[in-house]
Amino acid sequence: MIELTGIERNFKVGSETVHALRDLDLAVQPGEYLSVMGPSGSGKSTLLNIIGLLDRPDKGVYLLDQVNTTELDDAQQASARRHKIGFVFQFFHLVPRLTAAENIELPLILAGIDSGERKNRLSQSLPALGIADRARHRPDQLSGGQRQRVAIARATIMQPGIILADEPTGNLDRASGKEVIDILEQLNSEGKILIMVTHDPEIGRRATRRIQMLDGRIGLDSGAST
Amino acid sequence: MKAIDTLRFSFRAASGYPTRTFLILLAMAIGVGAVILLTALGEGARRYVIREFTSLGTNLLIAIPGRSETTGGPPPLLGETPRDLTLEDALVLKRNASIRRVAPIALGSAPVVWKQRSREVTIMGSTEELYGIRQLSMAQGRFLLPGNPNRGTAVCVLGYKIKNELFGNSSPLGEWVRIGGRRFRVIGVLAPRGQSLGFDMSDIAIIPVASAQALFNTSSLFRIMIQATGRDSVHRAKEAILKSIRDRHEGEDDITVITQDALLKTFDRIFTALTLTVGGIAAISLAVAGILIMNVMMISVSQRKTEIGLLKAIGSPPSQILRLFLSESAILSLIGALFGVLLALLGTWASLRLYPDFPIRIPWWALSAATAVGVFTGLVFGVLPARKAAALEPVEALSRR
Repeated sequence: MIELTGIERNFKVGSETVHALRDLDLAVQPGEYLSVMGPSGSGKSTLLNIIGLLDRPDKGVYLLDQVNTTELDDAQQASARRHKIGFVFQFFHLVPRLTAAENIELPLILAGIDSGERKNRLSQSLPALGIADRARHRPDQLSGGQRQRVAIARATIMQPGIILADEPTGNLDRASGKEVIDILEQLNSEGKILIMVTHDPEIGRRATRRIQMLDGRIGLDSGAST
Repeated sequence: MKAIDTLRFSFRAASGYPTRTFLILLAMAIGVGAVILLTALGEGARRYVIREFTSLGTNLLIAIPGRSETTGGPPPLLGETPRDLTLEDALVLKRNASIRRVAPIALGSAPVVWKQRSREVTIMGSTEELYGIRQLSMAQGRFLLPGNPNRGTAVCVLGYKIKNELFGNSSPLGEWVRIGGRRFRVIGVLAPRGQSLGFDMSDIAIIPVASAQALFNTSSLFRIMIQATGRDSVHRAKEAILKSIRDRHEGEDDITVITQDALLKTFDRIFTALTLTVGGIAAISLAVAGILIMNVMMISVSQRKTEIGLLKAIGSPPSQILRLFLSESAILSLIGALFGVLLALLGTWASLRLYPDFPIRIPWWALSAATAVGVFTGLVFGVLPARKAAALEPVEALSRR
């Protein structure tokens, strides 16, 4: 579970300080489905980055599964990312020289898992996402929807408890966007926390808990747990 | 991450950018190849000189009139005129047990005339023992005859080149030539053997030492060549020579004895130093290759920013990113170094083809040292880009702007 208390994050732009997040509190229970919406610059992505341990807050405490992440060093944070968090990006961020299967395998390789076990997990993951016949294709030979499915496979191959999606449909047409959302919701129904940043109100409405960001604060939270 | 996976990942990263990889390989290959080739040239020069010295003969000592020392006390107040070495001096040496052969040498220059043809050549007066000392061989006829060295017979042995110039293809044996106005009968022709320390044994006429002294109207010798009985007795022979000459020259040490070993050692040292210097200069090209690797890897880090960001997002700690990029530079420089070795082998092969006389050879230490230094350079210059990659902020690296 995720517990943010008094989180602040400031950026220096020239001589001005931009307050991306101000005194933000948020708690997410296992299995929740959140959508984060709001205008540009409201701090949606910063929030997601902090939850994903890609960024450190300037102030505040972030407990991830009861562990205070602000006290972890870079290597420990990397380890937490590896095992607990899966990222899905708007621009997929697949490694262009690797095939689909190799891209999915990458977190396993980095984690030092041997090749037998890697093959095993791949053979489960590929068909589950409907890209088994695309395993040997490079990203530039895949459609947008297929690329995002490869990216989701990569995000889930380590079986994390949290999926963070930053505009996962932002670069897709409606049909493949719908497919991607379905896959993500399927993952959520299996018990994973799903936090999705989106501009699309239609997609945002599907979430069981909707957060509206405004000026670095949570303006509206449809289901703040007590 | 397993080592094999690290290697495979780095290898694929390298092969994924062929132009960049080619440039790095080229730079490293040229650097390593230059170091190996230049040391091979230096080593070849050393071997060449040593071969030349060995071709002088074995266990050789040379006695030269006059004393030349580079160490010792102040110069004498009164000028010291060295006594000449005489034929007697040479013959006395022969009695010593540690000395096997003695060849007195008188040197001069005179025209050699046969019919209408005349050539000005070096005339060397010696005895039949020169044959064994200098390891000469005959093309035709025979060498000077043994006999009383004090008696000058009117025979001569011609070098190969002078024989050809005077006689062409016809046999000179038994012909009479005039050397400096005296008549000599040709009894032999030396086999062609090329140069030996700049002394062209093919452009020479050899006559008995007494005849040469008479011809040049002198009783002194140019030098005495002495062959010791064995390698171990060289030192004893040197002592013996100094002692006998001192006894004969009223207690004055007025000759210099050079041993072949000492000369060889000196030249060996000089050429080893030369080889190292040349290798060192070539090593600068390795540094240049290293800097190129750094540049290209830096560009690679900027190009692959998103990839690095992604690796961080899926759980790569900075140390792992550092390792990945370092192993990439290491692989590139290692392969580059291997190409360099190949280049050097090709170069020496070509050199042996073009100049078979020059004994170019790659010293094994240069081969391994150049390869090691190449890889080391790649690693050292790979550190900075790798650290830059490891220090990238993932959020910034992943954002597309």
